[in-house]
Amino acid sequence: MSASPRLWNFPGGIAPLAHKAESLRGPIRRTTLPPQLIVPLTQPGHVAPNVLVQTGERVRKGQILACGDDATGVTVHAPAAGVINAIGEQSVANMSALPELCVIIDTDAAETTWDKLPPLDYRTADADTLIARIADCGISGLGGAGFPTHAKLRAALRKIDIVIVNAAECEPWITADEALLRERAADVVAGSKILLQLTGALRCLIGIEDSKPQAVAALQAAVDDPRLKVVVFPARYPSGAEAQLIYTLTGKEMPSGTRPVHNGILCHNVGTVYAIARAVLHGEALLSRIVTITGGAVSDAANYEASIGTPISFLLQQSGFDERSLSQLVCGGSLMGIALPHAQLPVAKTTNCVIAATRSELPPPQPEQACIRCGDCADVCPVQLVPQQLYWFARSQQFDQARANHLNDCIECGACAWVCPSHIPLVQYYRAAKAELAEQDTKQQHAVHWRQRFEAHQHRMALEQAQAEQRRAERAALAAQKQEQAVKAGPSPQDIVAAALARVQAKKAAQAAAKPSSDDDNGASS
Amino acid sequence: MTMTALLIPVVVLLMLALVVGALLGVAANKAHTEDTALVARIDALLPQTQCGQCGNPGCKPYAQAIAAGAPINRCPPGGAATIAALARLLGVQTLPLDPTHGSESIRKVAFIREAECIGCTKCIQACPVDAILGSAKHMHTVIESECTGCDLCVEPCPVDCIDMLPAQSALQRWHWPLPNQRMPGIALIASDRTHGAPA
Repeated sequence: MSASPRLWNFPGGIAPLAHKAESLRGPIRRTTLPPQLIVPLTQPGHVAPNVLVQTGERVRKGQILACGDDATGVTVHAPAAGVINAIGEQSVANMSALPELCVIIDTDAAETTWDKLPPLDYRTADADTLIARIADCGISGLGGAGFPTHAKLRAALRKIDIVIVNAAECEPWITADEALLRERAADVVAGSKILLQLTGALRCLIGIEDSKPQAVAALQAAVDDPRLKVVVFPARYPSGAEAQLIYTLTGKEMPSGTRPVHNGILCHNVGTVYAIARAVLHGEALLSRIVTITGGAVSDAANYEASIGTPISFLLQQSGFDERSLSQLVCGGSLMGIALPHAQLPVAKTTNCVIAATRSELPPPQPEQACIRCGDCADVCPVQLVPQQLYWFARSQQFDQARANHLNDCIECGACAWVCPSHIPLVQYYRAAKAELAEQDTKQQHAVHWRQRFEAHQHRMALEQAQAEQRRAERAALAAQKQEQAVKAGPSPQDIVAAALARVQAKKAAQAAAKPSSDDDNGASS
Repeated sequence: MTMTALLIPVVVLLMLALVVGALLGVAANKAHTEDTALVARIDALLPQTQCGQCGNPGCKPYAQAIAAGAPINRCPPGGAATIAALARLLGVQTLPLDPTHGSESIRKVAFIREAECIGCTKCIQACPVDAILGSAKHMHTVIESECTGCDLCVEPCPVDCIDMLPAQSALQRWHWPLPNQRMPGIALIASDRTHGAPA
């Protein structure tokens, strides 16, 4: 163990009750295969992928179900063998509660062979091969945002000085990463070394809160490389937010609007790093993840290694779910999680925790009251924004003002709403205002593009008209010139013939006209 | 003596009037060039769909009309946001959207049912941003990313094979709404509710 490195203190933060011990009493459990898997195909914020299977088709475990149609798409694999029951829109655990495209698989528990890719030696493989492997294994950020890992790594193919592995897991209730570290720290270390190799970074910091001594011990036992360092820091929410973690470990602040990769830092969640190790060293696609099932409404809280697509209700049943004591079902932690309407929703790649909370644990939201300008929210904001001011701007729909006050730097951690004595759902105000700003930006981009197109169209129309007019003028000039030449050159041979013919015709006509009249004359004279 | 005392201020005032008049004249000239800048600033706030729903043949003509005093509430694609921005720029009161010019709706794009297209090129000629691809007696199609959803291609189509479809799915469109303030049935004070007091 090395001497404790220097730590930096990010501003603000809160210390809510951790509620982590409940789900850490036993090891990670493997569940039996549920009879049906509902595999979501869409990733948050990304285009609908190309579905490669059909209803009624038999799929093997690890077979590709769908792939994205651009660089940011995430490949989705069949988590288990079975028959495709349906491909259609299903409710999933998302904020909008709108259905998303899913593949429903009737699983076949007897069939367990897994289509794996051949293992790679990361020491000799180049970065492109490693990134392609990670893309083929369908890995996206498992910390919650679900950003495609291969896209993030491709963006990191520049100067990266430090790789940071985020093991902070600061949000209450969630223990998926801690459980993973307790049991599988070696794979996390291997994944970190792959990231070092891939980026060419010189050191890797694994940041973890001091509230997880067993995980820290497991990590320190597993670290076998001087470039890797486990950094333990005091627990405080939101220490695991990307920018806050980077500041805690390195003292570097990310300029507004930039990502860590722009500043020489690559940050990945532990779960993602573990999945990278499995993909590279074992050729395993991301077919399962660790999900914490906890809360007062389950008698036996635990972490499960659940296949993607496992219905949440299936996991709840295994944990002794008592529906009568349930007040709220939450996906994620208690501060940033989303309330679920029911438990028939599938585990997605981003589902790290499900809280079946009783009324005392997560009471229904209190009615919103007036802001009293106490300033508590500003004290706890880890980004040093002025939350009450942002609230007023969002509420009065002065979105430009909100932007000027750096609303877009808000990380939506929920600390402000947690301390608010008036129970104002501040984060929802910020999310709505941010969405409004994003919409304005899109409209602005469209307007600029369309104006350009319209002006180009106008220009083309004017040009075409001018050209047509010019052609007409040229033709007229040519005709006039011809006529002029014709006059100058005198009559052409054709003209002479035509004139002669005309004269003959005229003569004939005159004769024809003269004949009867002369007859008449004769008649008259005779 | 009294005459000169009277003349001096008169002359001074006349001179002042001349100088100020000249200055005002120059300023008026400057303001005249300012007008085109104002049109450009108004045009920058308009959505550039070039749909003509405002009664002008495009966004720039409407910007010119607004600069000349036309009402700011005639742009349905821009909707309330555009009206608010125009009101802020011009320092006038915001108005509700004039319903005679249409109503605000989600962004749409034109879609040609290609099997029914007869290749008449009428829609291509109507498109203000050259977003329709095709040639005479050949099938046409809309380049989705370039379509402003102006609706101008629908009417000229002799076989009615153009639909206006939402540009984004409901899922793509969704975002958090602002929280409901003053929801009916909710007491202002939390303790009121637990005591069952009426709202």
